[in-house]
Amino acid sequence: MKSRVPSLILGRLLIALVTLTIVSFAVFFATTMLPGDTAMILLGQSATPEAVAGLRAAMHLDEPALLRFLYWIGGLFRGDLGTSYANQMPVTTLIADRLANTLKLAGLTTLVTVPLALTLGITAAMWRGTLYDRIVTIATIGVISVPEFVLATLAVLVFAVYLKWLPALSFTYQVDSFSGLLRVYAMPVITLTFVVSAQMIRMSRAAVIETLNTPYVEMALLKGASRPRMVLRHALPNALGPIANAVALSLSYLVGGVIIVETIFNYPGIAKLMVDGVSTRDLPLIQSCAMIFCFGYLLLITTADIVAILSNPRLR
Amino acid sequence: MTKTPDSWTRTDDSMVENAIRRGANRRDLLKMLLAGGMSLPAIDLVLGRANAAVADEPVKGGTLKAAGWSSSTADTLDPAKASLSTDYVRCCAFYNRLTFLDKAGIPKMELAKSIDTDDAKTWTIKLRTGVTFHDGKTLTADDVVFSLKRHLDPAVGSKVAKIAAQMTDIKAADKSTVVITLAGANADLPTILSTHHFMIVADGTTDFSKGNGTGAFICKSFEPGVRSIGVRNPNYWKGGPHVDSFEFFAISDDNARVNALLSGDIHLAAAINPRSTRLVDGQQGFSLSKTTSGNYTDLNIRLDMEPGSRRDFVDGMKYLVNREQIVKSALRGFGEVGNDQPVSPASPFHNAALKPKPFDPEKAKSLFKKAGLLGQSIPVITSDAASSAIDMAMVVQAAGAEIGMKLDVQRVPSDGYWSNYWLKAPVHFGNINPRPTPDILFSLLYASEAPWNESKYKSEKFDKMMLEARATIAWEKRKELYDQMQVMIAEEAGTIIPAYISNVDAISNKLKGLAPNPLGGMMGYAFAEYVWLTA
Repeated sequence: MKSRVPSLILGRLLIALVTLTIVSFAVFFATTMLPGDTAMILLGQSATPEAVAGLRAAMHLDEPALLRFLYWIGGLFRGDLGTSYANQMPVTTLIADRLANTLKLAGLTTLVTVPLALTLGITAAMWRGTLYDRIVTIATIGVISVPEFVLATLAVLVFAVYLKWLPALSFTYQVDSFSGLLRVYAMPVITLTFVVSAQMIRMSRAAVIETLNTPYVEMALLKGASRPRMVLRHALPNALGPIANAVALSLSYLVGGVIIVETIFNYPGIAKLMVDGVSTRDLPLIQSCAMIFCFGYLLLITTADIVAILSNPRLR
Repeated sequence: MTKTPDSWTRTDDSMVENAIRRGANRRDLLKMLLAGGMSLPAIDLVLGRANAAVADEPVKGGTLKAAGWSSSTADTLDPAKASLSTDYVRCCAFYNRLTFLDKAGIPKMELAKSIDTDDAKTWTIKLRTGVTFHDGKTLTADDVVFSLKRHLDPAVGSKVAKIAAQMTDIKAADKSTVVITLAGANADLPTILSTHHFMIVADGTTDFSKGNGTGAFICKSFEPGVRSIGVRNPNYWKGGPHVDSFEFFAISDDNARVNALLSGDIHLAAAINPRSTRLVDGQQGFSLSKTTSGNYTDLNIRLDMEPGSRRDFVDGMKYLVNREQIVKSALRGFGEVGNDQPVSPASPFHNAALKPKPFDPEKAKSLFKKAGLLGQSIPVITSDAASSAIDMAMVVQAAGAEIGMKLDVQRVPSDGYWSNYWLKAPVHFGNINPRPTPDILFSLLYASEAPWNESKYKSEKFDKMMLEARATIAWEKRKELYDQMQVMIAEEAGTIIPAYISNVDAISNKLKGLAPNPLGGMMGYAFAEYVWLTA
């Protein structure tokens, strides 16, 4: 029995690698289907046929797209993400700072969200049917229903424009102290926490309730276990798998899906970078961003799978 | 205590300040304000305040932060490729041009000491001496030759390759003299050289990400799509900008840009939507800076097909357009009434004597009757693609309904408007961006063979005058020719230009020294060098 865990994990990792390859090709074909190319878009109104041809030749865009893509894949194995078509800078340089920004924001949001959401979700399940449970459930549904641009804009209007407690833009300030960090990141993190935690709260509540309904938990109750002990000791370990999956799915959103928060708080993260890449048809940049999103997603999902495997005594 | 009228806002203040900067004297201002119904004591107060604002002494220091509206990884510090306002702002901060346009639209010398010609074909440019690049290199004629010749190389992808193509020979006569030979006479060369793409870079530059120019700021960091930071150039030949450093980035969301200004994070929010102006106007500590630089939306009636082939219909439409109402309602006051020709009041060649056609529905009615079209339904194509065109169409349609002229306004999607409807439909709206000279406007839009001849206007006399004006060096003579040509367009062409649209920048009152410039908002994008910050 002991040998099953490594082989299960290895299997998951292999599937992750295959997924990355498939996504990479899918993104490539989608990109080639977009109308226009970088040369035309950069020239804009002054895109006469001669000018486009000249620039295309200078940028080596006249080579077949598939060939350029294969070069890019080849470079990837040497750790080279290629050169951006739009501004001739190495993609690694373009991505490095922005990925760091995204991870910083995602990390801070995770630190706030996960403990908060799990506490709320599990306690709501513990006292199911009480007023507390109702309040948590209604508040969660309310937060899910409000789009994040409304939340973000309201937060800016109240805290930055009228009260002037917090800056409206997150990036323009140098952070040199912990209180400075709190000030600068407060609004984007709160906005994202609202968006991300609702799903986690609902899923963890549902998962715990489901295990609470199983016969062995009833047995624990009959044996006289206290309510917290029953939930934390008996039900929670079995609900861990689904909860880990819900957390991973919600957090994966933070890697590539925070374009609205990036726009409203003018925070230069990687989501906006990818949008720029698409609007200038910048193949190496689009591919690199897509790979990072996909990798982040797979990392989270695979971690969740592994947590589920390890928490399941039947698989352990 | 005397009070200004309740409806008086900071925008009106800045309007008066701008009028003073443009050279209006006390008498002009009194006339203007009395016509607006103000009492004399109130006028005294307003003028005192405006004069104080204009006379403010520059102070040194501070970090200037400003936000434009568009930025992406395609941002560049290569002047030849500059395509967005964001690029122009940065290029103006880091580089210099040979010439620049002053607030009246007259070319003034920047890196050039003088530009001379006898025949408008061969131009001798003497350069300023003692100008150095940020890396310490001295400016020479070779740098200028390199900077100008780059535009001719298709591999560079220059935005002004077509305009630069007329420079058939560019060579350095000595260390500080450049001689440019044109394919044909063109007296506008000094103005053409003042556009943002003709910034001067160092000879042999291939990596433009350093922003190595002769400009007021040294590039400290430049991240495409994120931001740029420039610090004061201590060796600047003009004597240094007022602020210590300058940070520029873009906030694409209109609301977020205004909010960042109101919360004090930035000093200037560029190009805000007329709808957002209410958020800023009347707020303590903020104001709007309005620039009319020649952008306009026009109603085009093709003269080569029905109904535009009936002269009386075209003339009737010109009387049916209520220009004042379009400025007031469609543009929410952010525009100036137009007189049916493309040279805006921001240009020194604008023909101010040519009065806009009055709104006269009765006259329009009789002209439509004469054309035999009264009561018939005429389709008018409009779209969001041309800014404010839908609101303008509504104004004209309502006026038509009053006199029994049915205008069938058809609203079509923005996507594909320029390729499917513009220049094609018999009656449609268009939108034209500002161009630096009347010659470029005329040859692009009104010459018989012009690629974008919106109403298919053809006149041999006009074509001849255009070539003649292009080769004429004497200012008065050219002005006279251009004045006549503007009258010809207003009377004969089928393009109705009801208003010139203003660009509106929202600014914090800590920011001083901002003045309008015909090249565009934010002082023709060059504000960083000229403004200062008060505490």
